Amino acid sequence: MTDTTLQSPAPAKVKVETPFQRFRAEFFESRIAATAFFVLVIIMALAILAPWITPQNPYDLAQVDVLDGRLPPGSEAFAGYTMWLGSDGAGRDLYSAILYGLRISISVGLASGVIALFVGMVVGLVAAYAGGRTEAVIMRVVDLQLSFPAALVALMLVAALGKGIDKIILALVVAQWAYYARTVRATALVERGKEYVEAAQCLGLSKTRVVFRHILPNCLAPLIVVGTVQTAHAVSLEATLSFLGVGLPQTEPSLGVLIANGFEYMLSGRYWISVFPGIALLLTVASINLVGDQLRDVLNPRMKK
Amino acid sequence: MTAVLEVAGLKTHFFTHAGVVKAVDGVDFTVNKGEVMGLVGESGSGKSITGFSILGLIDQPGRIVEGSIRFNGDEIANAPEETLKSIRGNRISMIFQDPMMTLNPVLRIDSQMMEAIFAHEKVSKKVAWERSRHALGLVGIPSPEERLKAYPHQLSGGMRQRVSIAIAFLNKPDLIIADEPTTALDVTIQAQIIHEAQKLTRQTGTAMIWITHDLAVVAGLADRISVMYAGRIVEQGLTDDVIDRPLHPYTVGLLGSVPTANKRGERLFQIEGMTPNMLALPEGCAFAPRCRSASAACKAPPPITHIANRDIRCFNPQAQAAAE
Repeated sequence: MTDTTLQSPAPAKVKVETPFQRFRAEFFESRIAATAFFVLVIIMALAILAPWITPQNPYDLAQVDVLDGRLPPGSEAFAGYTMWLGSDGAGRDLYSAILYGLRISISVGLASGVIALFVGMVVGLVAAYAGGRTEAVIMRVVDLQLSFPAALVALMLVAALGKGIDKIILALVVAQWAYYARTVRATALVERGKEYVEAAQCLGLSKTRVVFRHILPNCLAPLIVVGTVQTAHAVSLEATLSFLGVGLPQTEPSLGVLIANGFEYMLSGRYWISVFPGIALLLTVASINLVGDQLRDVLNPRMKK
Repeated sequence: MTAVLEVAGLKTHFFTHAGVVKAVDGVDFTVNKGEVMGLVGESGSGKSITGFSILGLIDQPGRIVEGSIRFNGDEIANAPEETLKSIRGNRISMIFQDPMMTLNPVLRIDSQMMEAIFAHEKVSKKVAWERSRHALGLVGIPSPEERLKAYPHQLSGGMRQRVSIAIAFLNKPDLIIADEPTTALDVTIQAQIIHEAQKLTRQTGTAMIWITHDLAVVAGLADRISVMYAGRIVEQGLTDDVIDRPLHPYTVGLLGSVPTANKRGERLFQIEGMTPNMLALPEGCAFAPRCRSASAACKAPPPITHIANRDIRCFNPQAQAAAE
């Protein structure tokens, strides 16, 4: 073969930038996103390390002293440590309570986010690939679901199911799967029309293989973006439910419960009981959202400059 | 010669809201072992739909309404999905037009190639990988080991089309349907790809249907040519006969519009009018409104007649007109 040498350059030995390296460089181009990512990492680390870096386990009633109740930031607890962020009405050290609360809030957000993503993804793919009546029925259910505010759906479900982490997660999944389903279906429809899908069919591959091995990986970029934003949404939704008193129980306070606990003391000047958990919630949700925004910009080729 | 594929009276119609589109409306042809058949026609003449009908990949609202497709003697028109799946990519494979689009952008070349093997055979990963490497070598890709590890975006267009061809030949099929495989490539690469495909069909005895709108491409490649217009084959014969002495006015027009060295400086011939609306085809011969030789007889659909060593659908065959 003489002609092969014409068009194929010798395999270059130069170090090529891998797609991940390029992605990383583009992601950290924005200072805001870099900061948000940094904050998010710190929050996650604090939440994960909570049992080892807090002076008190707020879930262990033996460690909580009612006499420590409503102490202002910087006071010394009965047990001898300093409560840098003060304490709440039940005598819980707020710093410890916030870190433990973050653990619950973030894990509820992540768990519901992942389950909703999985459910929505499968439903969306089936709708896009099956087409016809199946698709119409599925998408009308999605439309119906999306026509209710997520908070309302979650509120109704939790009211019906009762309290508890598992019930909250279930309620959040039901409230959010439709967003994923719609996103996946829209992307999968575009991908389905592309020639590589036709080519895969021409290879005699089975339908499930075409859908999950060929179409799905090409739909991941928008899914990741929606996943991040919806996780932030799930965290704040859980806080909302807990704040309203239908979410997590008082004995295992999430951020929403902590904020609600301090609400009655706001006017008496004991701002710290509500404000510090509020700031923690704000930082968490805002940093996830900012990271999500930057992901959208980086992963969407049309947004590229 | 044994026939690999015999298509007779094939009709594939699309039932749309606006009406019935007769994309393929009575097509007959035979492809013999090791033979290359050029299927030529302009956009929308039904050539690609013919290819997809053979593979049973016609999507709703279309379907094969009539006719038979015999592959190695077995009827495969409207055959059950299981049968078709075992044929697709195995006994009949396909090469597509745009190599930028036919490879999945997120899967490595090796996984895409090995997948094509695993879909039809139970072999070990090692064997499949070895076969993929060998196939890439056959289509003239240097250092195939490294290419196997690459993602499609790391390869050039010509290289990707070679990969597609390698995938098509992977399971040693009896027939390959190539749907305008060189249209998206520039001319030098085009020549290489044609050369590669031609070499492989000779080596393996694989028959090929080469779908194109470019007569110049099939002139050097195909053994026989079928010219399609508005869902029908209007002229069919040996390449030399059709190219040198076209009889159907449409073929004459197509050939007349190919630029050659002899026609330097002259205005190229142009077939007047537009491709007919497939929803409202003219009565009788679909080409008649654009045809210079149309007569009153053309109001009726022309039957297939066998003259001068070929099949033709025309009442007024041209004589020796195109050579000039």
